[in-house]
Amino acid sequence: MKTAQQKPSLVGTGVLLVGAVYCLIPVVWVLMASSKTSSELFTTFTYAPGTSLFSNIADLTAYRDGLFWRWMANTGLYAGAGAALSTLVSAMAGYAMAKYRFPGRGALFNILLAGVLVPGVILAVPQYLLFAELGMTNTYWAVLLPSIISPYGIYLARIYVSASVPDEVIEAARTDGAQDWRIFRSVVLPMMVPGLVTVFLFQFVAIWNNFLLPYVMLGDDKLFPVTVGLSGLLNQGAQQPAMYSLVIPGALLSILPLLALFLLLQRFWQVDLAAGAVKS
Amino acid sequence: MTSVTNDLVSATAQKDPPSGSRRARIPRAPYVFMVPAVALFVFSIAIPILYTAYLSLRTVKVEGLGLGPGARTEVWAGLSNYGRTLSDPDFLSSVLRVLGYGLVVIPVMLGLALLFALLLDSVRVRATRFSRLVIFMPYAVPAVISSLLWGFLYLPAVSPFTHAAEQVGITLPQPMAPGLVLFAIANIAVWGGVGFNMIVLYTALKAIPSDLYEAARIDGCSELQIAWRIKIPIIVPSLIMTSVFGMITTLQVFAEPTVLRPLTNNISTSWSPLMMIYRDAFTRNDIYAASATSVVLAVATFVLSFGFLRLVQNRAFAQENR
Repeated sequence: MKTAQQKPSLVGTGVLLVGAVYCLIPVVWVLMASSKTSSELFTTFTYAPGTSLFSNIADLTAYRDGLFWRWMANTGLYAGAGAALSTLVSAMAGYAMAKYRFPGRGALFNILLAGVLVPGVILAVPQYLLFAELGMTNTYWAVLLPSIISPYGIYLARIYVSASVPDEVIEAARTDGAQDWRIFRSVVLPMMVPGLVTVFLFQFVAIWNNFLLPYVMLGDDKLFPVTVGLSGLLNQGAQQPAMYSLVIPGALLSILPLLALFLLLQRFWQVDLAAGAVKS
Repeated sequence: MTSVTNDLVSATAQKDPPSGSRRARIPRAPYVFMVPAVALFVFSIAIPILYTAYLSLRTVKVEGLGLGPGARTEVWAGLSNYGRTLSDPDFLSSVLRVLGYGLVVIPVMLGLALLFALLLDSVRVRATRFSRLVIFMPYAVPAVISSLLWGFLYLPAVSPFTHAAEQVGITLPQPMAPGLVLFAIANIAVWGGVGFNMIVLYTALKAIPSDLYEAARIDGCSELQIAWRIKIPIIVPSLIMTSVFGMITTLQVFAEPTVLRPLTNNISTSWSPLMMIYRDAFTRNDIYAASATSVVLAVATFVLSFGFLRLVQNRAFAQENR
């Protein structure tokens, strides 16, 4: 509780604001630099705005018939659909492990937990080797399929169900004659929503952050997510600096939707799940 | 499947199923609920791991000049790929480099995260809503994009710091110079990770009942003493957890150095172990060496983080097994 009598601490507030400024340095820069031509970029003061924000965005849109927007749509597909499917799969598995006693439950859970310890990025090259053997690389599935399974998501869903869905509620539904799937869909799932928003956001960020998987799986740049696409443009920029005036506004446009998503969903977001704690 | 029947005997003997009327039957529903997760786990995690382990024991034997069909055959290689990985100076230096990188990133990132979390939690600090949002914001920026942004800010022609220093007549060292590039990459990781860890620690702090401090305040404890003597000891488990997650992320660093490479000559293609795996698999087309290195890296990560899970598992499920 903040009370009026307590004197504000100038030092503490100052340190916190310095941290905030540190976090803003690259974000304010990308806002300014997006509006610069590639010659202004290296000649005008870093934090001075340029003159060509809209023409940069128009150039980016025109680049190879709107390839950039295709990358954005691909990112939405990989991260959005991938995280949504992942959340559903995690909810089902987490519910089964939290609320049923069945033979093999302990073994299944331990195997899944071992998966938490082998992080997704290290798996990208092994996944590539398998998908190459099956001839499935360079397809949407090559990125989407490995993104759906999330041992960490299952782990979080299990914690959440066992803490927030009382056995009595399930028992009552069963006494009323509801079948297992119906209990899950109409009783358990609605009670899990806050936990599932958290699982969704974690998985969304994990997919969107996993650069290596699409980087190795995809050869056709029409399938790229925006991260792989922009890093390719940056590579070309080493030879032709004109590319920089595409890369920088591209970086700005790519982070805006995610920032909006976070601002929108942050109230539902339960970070304490990450620490394995649930308030009951 | 024999273990399943054994489990059945012990499970029915010891554990009460949630529904009393179903005591004798094996429920079918939980298996149905588990099918998608298990199928995807097998396909996307288990089989790739096993296949990679298999490839790590194989090699290609070249006959003659290696031309024509049948001149290159895959044969068993024993542990020779592992021998090559573990004695490869590139691998050893990438491991040492990444350990050094971790020693910079983890203490700085968690130290700052703890400091900011304590400040957010302090009754005397203002502007907390704004700062919390802004410091957390980098979490929404993927590593590729944040590396791209910082990469430009490191270029002397763009850097506001170089510019500011020139105004007062100082020449700053270039952040991507050979001795400093590790810190340049570490800064990107710190920037991206501080906010998330701050929120995790802040949430743990908020869960502490405030009457604990009231007593201390009445006894004349300062805010600093309360933080040091009460708050930090209580959130030690959260600090351990964030450290282990930090370790896992550090070992698999790939995106940041890969994105910075076009902007500097001081990042080699084997800067981190994962970059070396990429190079072996895709530049040198030696998937056998890449497989062996992948296995070594995965095992190392597994071993390092195993202790953490034992810790969390016991704590998190205490309520369920009551």
